[in-house]
Amino acid sequence: MRKTFLALVLAAVMALTMVCGAFAEEEAAIKVGLIGPMTGAAASYGTSVAQGAQIAVDEVNALGGIQIELNVQDDQHDPETSINAYNTLWDWGAQMIIGTVTTGPCVAVAAEAYNDRMFMLTPSASSTDVIADKDNVYQLCFTDPAQGTASAQYIAEHELATAIAVIYNNADTYSTGIYQTFEAEAANLGLNIVSVTTFTDDTTDFSVQLTEAREAGADLVFLPIYYTPASMILQQAANMEYAPIFFGVDGMDGILNIDGFDTSLAEGVMLLTPFSADATDELTVNFVAKYNELYGANPDQFAADGYDCVYALYAAINNAGITAETSTEDACEMLIAAMQELEITGLTGTMTWDETGAVTKTPTAVRIENGVYVGFDVNGAETAEATATEAAAE
Amino acid sequence: MKLKKSTVNNLISYGIVIVAFVVVQLMQGAGLISRSLRGQLVPICVYIVMAVSLNLTVGISGELSLGHAGFMSVGVFSGVVFSEWLMAAFSMENETMILVLSMIVGGLFAGIAGVIIGVPVLRLQGDYLAIVTLAFGEIIRNVINCLYISVDGGQVHIAFDNPNVLGEIVVNGPAGTRGVSRMSTFTVGFALVLFTLFVVLNLINSRSGRAIMACRDSRIAAESVGINVTKYRMMAFVTSAFLAGMAGTLYGLNMSSVQASRFNFDTSILVLVFVVLGGIGNIWGSIIAATLLTVLPELLREFSDYRMLVYAVVLILVMLVTNNPMIRAFFARITPHRRGEAGKGGEAA
Repeated sequence: MRKTFLALVLAAVMALTMVCGAFAEEEAAIKVGLIGPMTGAAASYGTSVAQGAQIAVDEVNALGGIQIELNVQDDQHDPETSINAYNTLWDWGAQMIIGTVTTGPCVAVAAEAYNDRMFMLTPSASSTDVIADKDNVYQLCFTDPAQGTASAQYIAEHELATAIAVIYNNADTYSTGIYQTFEAEAANLGLNIVSVTTFTDDTTDFSVQLTEAREAGADLVFLPIYYTPASMILQQAANMEYAPIFFGVDGMDGILNIDGFDTSLAEGVMLLTPFSADATDELTVNFVAKYNELYGANPDQFAADGYDCVYALYAAINNAGITAETSTEDACEMLIAAMQELEITGLTGTMTWDETGAVTKTPTAVRIENGVYVGFDVNGAETAEATATEAAAE
Repeated sequence: MKLKKSTVNNLISYGIVIVAFVVVQLMQGAGLISRSLRGQLVPICVYIVMAVSLNLTVGISGELSLGHAGFMSVGVFSGVVFSEWLMAAFSMENETMILVLSMIVGGLFAGIAGVIIGVPVLRLQGDYLAIVTLAFGEIIRNVINCLYISVDGGQVHIAFDNPNVLGEIVVNGPAGTRGVSRMSTFTVGFALVLFTLFVVLNLINSRSGRAIMACRDSRIAAESVGINVTKYRMMAFVTSAFLAGMAGTLYGLNMSSVQASRFNFDTSILVLVFVVLGGIGNIWGSIIAATLLTVLPELLREFSDYRMLVYAVVLILVMLVTNNPMIRAFFARITPHRRGEAGKGGEAA
């Protein structure tokens, strides 16, 4: 008995030393934290970003040179949990943060990061509050005002509609923010908004909003909302045989990946997004192929954002000469300086940053056809790819 | 000297809190507390106060309240606006002072909300309070989502569904509070927990407290001896709302931004879970349950994707274990004075 015990202890000690040895041999990696909702109502965004970022990290590490270690923490789309996740990453020794993915938590975490001098690059938190008065917080996505304005301009430029209805979530920062700027820009451009209706997070019946839009004679319904309510709106509009153009923003992205959602309902829906999986440039094709291989689905814009975040940081780290030994505070100052001089072409376009932390890039509109995003051009020049269709159909 | 059972229980409640505070302070001094735990100290205090105050309604007064988070959100937003106003109007700088005053104001607003709900509802018999508080929680959340409040010098501007208000916006509709100076500290949180315990325990062991419990146990019997049932139920309910409002202000001033959507039905239920798992009517049980269940999801980060699954399993296990007759009997044997306690908890449930 005693011998068995002794043998077990010795085996354990050996195993431990081997593990330690393995760790020691590995080159010191730069520690990057990622915060986003991996569970809960907004889980699709968080997991997409994490998956996209992981692909980029693997690619970067395979290049040799600078190694990156990615630590993903869940925040359930809740500010309190998000701060906990941030603190956990701080304990772990994170040198910079990718995140957080959603806006509300990001505002709370950004304040903490500002106090700690921890550099943050958010893939998708789009409110201006996120970067306001904080020199160390950068955005990779458009701000809400930019999206609202761009949507109005796009609709006006391409003369998509004569009468517009808006349905937005007035319990949601993101949705309200976009609506407010959309309304302002629409007034400037002389767009005709005939119906504005609201709903809140728990709404599941949109018949009132849709009926009002139909009765007002709207031929385009602008939906600056997340994909879950959007999917219900599409379903219910189909049930009542109301078929205007539905125009969404980047929150609509992800609608094709909802379990149990009939993607044929989303046919013809247009959305403004910086990324479309059917683009033919080499970068996108490679990324889409890798993503499909690993996760068995077409990447959405959030995955692309996560991927671009890692490459933006990678480029900034290289330019600034940050190593695994650089302290968090020093890394923050070095990254702030480096980011402003950075110009990088990623999946979501060519990006530059100014000192406020806001990004400059061009949005494109896509239309959903046969279950895939198709780059939409007003002349009708569209490109679809057989492989993408196949993957999305799974 | 033989102490009364209630005195022993009270001493346990105070003892747990004070010992925990001293231990945490010592560990903090020695640098033994991780950043992750340090960040949770104030939320833990908030949830303890929430659980203890809800226990007053659920355990002592015997009413089911499903909108406790609603009172909390009233406290959050009124307290935050008040603190900003204090700083703008009187250029006050003492943060503890501002925090304490704001907590009182947050508590008062929540208390007023409690009165508004309590007056019509507590006259009724049956489970109406559960339904009305549930509705209140939802209504208050949606109302705050449409509120835009700014502080401009010494003036507070309030607009409904219109973000164009003068001055510095403090409450920005669905984006919630904005640019809040974070003043909440663990010490003030600890003081609030002690204050809550002091209020609740003294109320329970007073003449009024006995009247409240009499109403809970038998309304007819209580009325027959001349107890004004509505008055005593109001007393418990409004006190509970007031304390929840204070906790809300502490919570609101702990984060730079809080959204009204945070205080939904789930949060009310979460607090109710603290109360139920800690033992209905058992104050120190609420304290322990609130602490453990607040820290638990963070401790489970090891499990990454399966974290919330494990959390749910742990909840179920705790529920099963604490209700297992054999285990209860075992605890009753080793702690003789708890036998009566277990019986009382059962009745209240």
